[in-house]
Amino acid sequence: MTAAPTRIIAIGRNTFTELVRQKVFYFLLLFALIVIGNSAFLAKFSFQEEFQMLKDVALGAMSVFLSLLAILATAMLLPRDLEDRTIFTILSKPVPRHEYLLGKLLGVVILLALSTIVMGALFLGVLFLREQAALMETQRSLSGSPQELATALDAIRKGAFSWDLIPAMAILLVKAILLSSLTLLISTFATSGIFAILVATSAYFIGHLQVTAREYWMSGVGIHWWTRIFTALVALIFPDLQAFNLTDDIVAGTALPMSLFWQTMGLGGVYTAVYFAVACFLFQNREL
Amino acid sequence: MTGAMNPFRSLAAILMLAVAGALLLPWQMELQRLSKEARFRTTPIDLSLREQVGQSGFLAALSGFRSPLAAFLWIEAHTAWEKTEWGRMTRLFNTVTTLQPHSLLYWDIAAWHMAWNASAAALQDTKQQSEVLRERARRQYIDLGRDFLERGIRNNPDSYLLQERLGILLRDKVEDHSGAADAFAKAASFPDAPAYLKRFAAYEAAKVPGREREAYDRLLVLHNEGGRMRAPNLLTLLRKLEEQLKIPAAQRIKEQAPASPSFPANPSPSPRPRS
Repeated sequence: MTAAPTRIIAIGRNTFTELVRQKVFYFLLLFALIVIGNSAFLAKFSFQEEFQMLKDVALGAMSVFLSLLAILATAMLLPRDLEDRTIFTILSKPVPRHEYLLGKLLGVVILLALSTIVMGALFLGVLFLREQAALMETQRSLSGSPQELATALDAIRKGAFSWDLIPAMAILLVKAILLSSLTLLISTFATSGIFAILVATSAYFIGHLQVTAREYWMSGVGIHWWTRIFTALVALIFPDLQAFNLTDDIVAGTALPMSLFWQTMGLGGVYTAVYFAVACFLFQNREL
Repeated sequence: MTGAMNPFRSLAAILMLAVAGALLLPWQMELQRLSKEARFRTTPIDLSLREQVGQSGFLAALSGFRSPLAAFLWIEAHTAWEKTEWGRMTRLFNTVTTLQPHSLLYWDIAAWHMAWNASAAALQDTKQQSEVLRERARRQYIDLGRDFLERGIRNNPDSYLLQERLGILLRDKVEDHSGAADAFAKAASFPDAPAYLKRFAAYEAAKVPGREREAYDRLLVLHNEGGRMRAPNLLTLLRKLEEQLKIPAAQRIKEQAPASPSFPANPSPSPRPRS
């Protein structure tokens, strides 16, 4: 009998291969089109505006694609395995159900990580090229003292790349992994893939409102008991997805403290673990 | 999928999630506090924003797409500028700065469009026959530009840039030299501010009756720093103030003022690098 990590990795690799065969990476072409096309279109703006909007649009597109990919790829995993009976072949072997789920999640995580790396590299590459173009243009057109030129070039460099963009992309990835784990949980009791997608998408929006529900519940001022119970349920069951929306402010130039970054990553990790544990609990005795 | 769920198991799962949520609650609140402290997640997503951006824009802002939404609206504002639709631009700028209040660029350029471009266009508006009304419109746009900068400063109190822009606006558009001197001095007080802002503060103070002594003291401090601070404009003005304030000969500076004084024209670069 093979060891648990080997089995999990085998299922994960298989899941990843299946997803790649479904040509999910085609969305990267769309992302490339958005980033490169956007960059070409923005050439008529000042370089500060161009950099700002390139970062806004590229990170926004990354967030959309990663979230969509996390929900859509995960929601179809279990229904497809049930439909083509693969699940019975796997679970009839000495593979515990939680290992099967972990392997499935691992496959999606690999897909998400790879997508983040490719999109991030593309975005940073375009940003670098635009920065170089702006630097050359400034060097050519500015006829001031060397100090003035150095100040202008420094302003361009500061406006383009910032090291905070890397943690910003890492946070987007963690948020996508969390969504994937949540979708996996939903798909363990979902009656179809479409149902899982719909519920996961609703959970995505509710998760962004969780903080509002939490504040409303905790303020406790002038609200009915049933509203209090409802907001408490929303606050307790759904993840606080607003906690992962730091990219908006990072793009605006707000410096990201490392303590905030690691705590956000940690919260994402814990949420992922919690949803995965509940998914295993539900899937354990489920009739297939 | 056909599998049936045990209702007790489902209830247990909900309970597990609720317990985990309750355990994570202090962490979430601590994270929210930390975020606000670091000036993250401070943009109010409320009904006023809903009115500004519409339902789908509000949904996008709620879902964590504030910055891409701001970028799209900024492009729309740029299109409005090309069509010289100043009113629409003002509305769009208000929305963009509401969505991204920590982006200095948006406040800066919005203020520049209002105080420089829109105000100049208002003065040359051929549809308006009355010169008084044209002048009034010009002032209103300058006030709008000033308002953008002042709101930007309130949202970004730790940045010198908008203070500098306010100083330039007050100097060049409002001719409020006292206000400009204060804005430049405030901007100069930031550790990362360019050195020329100290000179600007002194130049503007020198134009205000009653603040000559303050200007002289500021200029003397800069002069004593030596090096690049001893710009021709600074020496010229220092000489002029020495005369005006009747500074004793022994305390006066040694350098001669440049032969062709250039003070006090507009010593600053244009407020916008390129547009």
